[in-house]
Amino acid sequence: MANDASRLRLPAGQPVLSIQAATFGYDERPLWSNLNLDVAQGEFIAIIGSNGSGKTSLLRAILGQEQLTSGQILLAGKPVHHGSRRIGYIPQARNVDAHTPLLARDLLTMGLAGHRYGLPFTSRQDRARVEHILGCIDGHELAKLPVGQLSGGQLQRFRVGQAVIDEPDLILADEPLSALDLAQQRTLADLIDQERKDHSAAVLFVTHDVNPVLGMVDRVLYLANGSFKIGTPDEVLRSEVLSELYGTPVDVVRNQGRVVVLGAHGADHEHHAHEEWH
Amino acid sequence: MIFDFSDYGQLLPLVSNSLIAAALLGLMGGLVGVFVMNRDSSFAVHGISELSFAGAAIALLIGVDVVLGSIFGSLIAAALIGVLGARAKDRNSIIAVLMPFGLGLGILALSLYEGRASNKFGLLTGQIIAVDQPALVWLAGISIFVILVLALIWRPLQFASLDPDVARARGVATGPLGFAFLILLGLAVAASVQVVGALLVLSLLVTPAAAALRVTSSPKLAPVLSVAFALTSAVGGILLAIGGGLPVSPYITTVSFLIYLVCRGIAMAKNSAARASVSKAVAQ
Repeated sequence: MANDASRLRLPAGQPVLSIQAATFGYDERPLWSNLNLDVAQGEFIAIIGSNGSGKTSLLRAILGQEQLTSGQILLAGKPVHHGSRRIGYIPQARNVDAHTPLLARDLLTMGLAGHRYGLPFTSRQDRARVEHILGCIDGHELAKLPVGQLSGGQLQRFRVGQAVIDEPDLILADEPLSALDLAQQRTLADLIDQERKDHSAAVLFVTHDVNPVLGMVDRVLYLANGSFKIGTPDEVLRSEVLSELYGTPVDVVRNQGRVVVLGAHGADHEHHAHEEWH
Repeated sequence: MIFDFSDYGQLLPLVSNSLIAAALLGLMGGLVGVFVMNRDSSFAVHGISELSFAGAAIALLIGVDVVLGSIFGSLIAAALIGVLGARAKDRNSIIAVLMPFGLGLGILALSLYEGRASNKFGLLTGQIIAVDQPALVWLAGISIFVILVLALIWRPLQFASLDPDVARARGVATGPLGFAFLILLGLAVAASVQVVGALLVLSLLVTPAAAALRVTSSPKLAPVLSVAFALTSAVGGILLAIGGGLPVSPYITTVSFLIYLVCRGIAMAKNSAARASVSKAVAQ
């Protein structure tokens, strides 16, 4: 593809993203403090935590849209100020106005070329790339539909395509599975996983429920109570670790490959139900 | 009699300036209108036009070029909306606050003005038949500048307008682009105020694009249709006005409104046809 100098591949071994002693918070109350995390090329990291634990703030800080209280975040060795073409971003699923003048296909074209100045004419090379991605997301039949007519799951498939079409080094996904049914969640998670394997893009995947991506996650960043834990799912998703993090007794149960977190008050909770506790 | 086309051939050359002006306005208005719709800024168009009117009225009063005054008022309004209304939530209230102030200022200036009364009325409701050579040069200059800059920033502005979160993440300068568009909008409004008047600017900068978006979701077809509709309204309105003997503005606004109605009708027919085929498929 038409890569300019800033889009050269990273040298092997250099972390895609380096979060160094990062602290973030409003009014002296840090949402997380002294966070250190090097994200390797091709690494899949799930970011889990209750509402208000600072997951979205972390993504916004990586995008340069929020200022850290202290510390720094480097993307490919450099700080990010206002977004970056090295990043593919997948927003939360939300309804699109029915009259939005975009066809599904245009989401992909904008992901590839939307930053370029001039009139929206595409080169043959760009169109070939869009066709290729349409194949990957099984989107040929939907490509000509107005964006406003896509279902939630269909739209998110195009969102994934839009995020990967310019071969980013880092994919930031902000709860992309919310509001999707289980089958759609699996399809979408597989798509993202396939892309990071094909192009060794790193993935930061914010989610309430780790189960749809449990099989592909290398490490988990668990944010809670102004603190955090980082490690493999087996290291972090354990009763004693989460109990310490939350400061309340928490049971983590593994059942048929799914992780279920049980609260102190005895009621069964799916993993994502912990947001009720804080 | 509303129409009398008997001496049409002799009248036509007299309005050639007006026809060129209308064509330029239609082209510019149709293109700018697409982004007015994409950015949900119809109300901003109205707000800017009231301040543009105030600028023109003050210019008339103190004896400065009316076009300059109108541009000045427009740009101040656009800049204020851009700076104070950066957050979408604030924007409408800022505009609503500016609008009556501008209108009041303009009315004050007009009431103090002691020149020809038709000059006063023209600022509010248009004076396209009276487009003279210098005014046409202004209009052409503004239109060409606006269209060229719009073409230059078209793609990132479209990304920033329709998919702002992703555009920002991808490094598109959504803030500066939005501000640049407001300035272009200010210029387009100032040019249109000269011709259709402050009260009727919306009929060239909003209605054609709104009609186009009723019948297409294609980002390529929408500007083409919008320009076609705006040109039809502006040029067609003048051609009708020559035979009609009434002021030109009502013709332009009526043509523009009729096109919009037809487009809504087409959209409704399409929708009900789609629904019928779905329910048929369900029934089978």
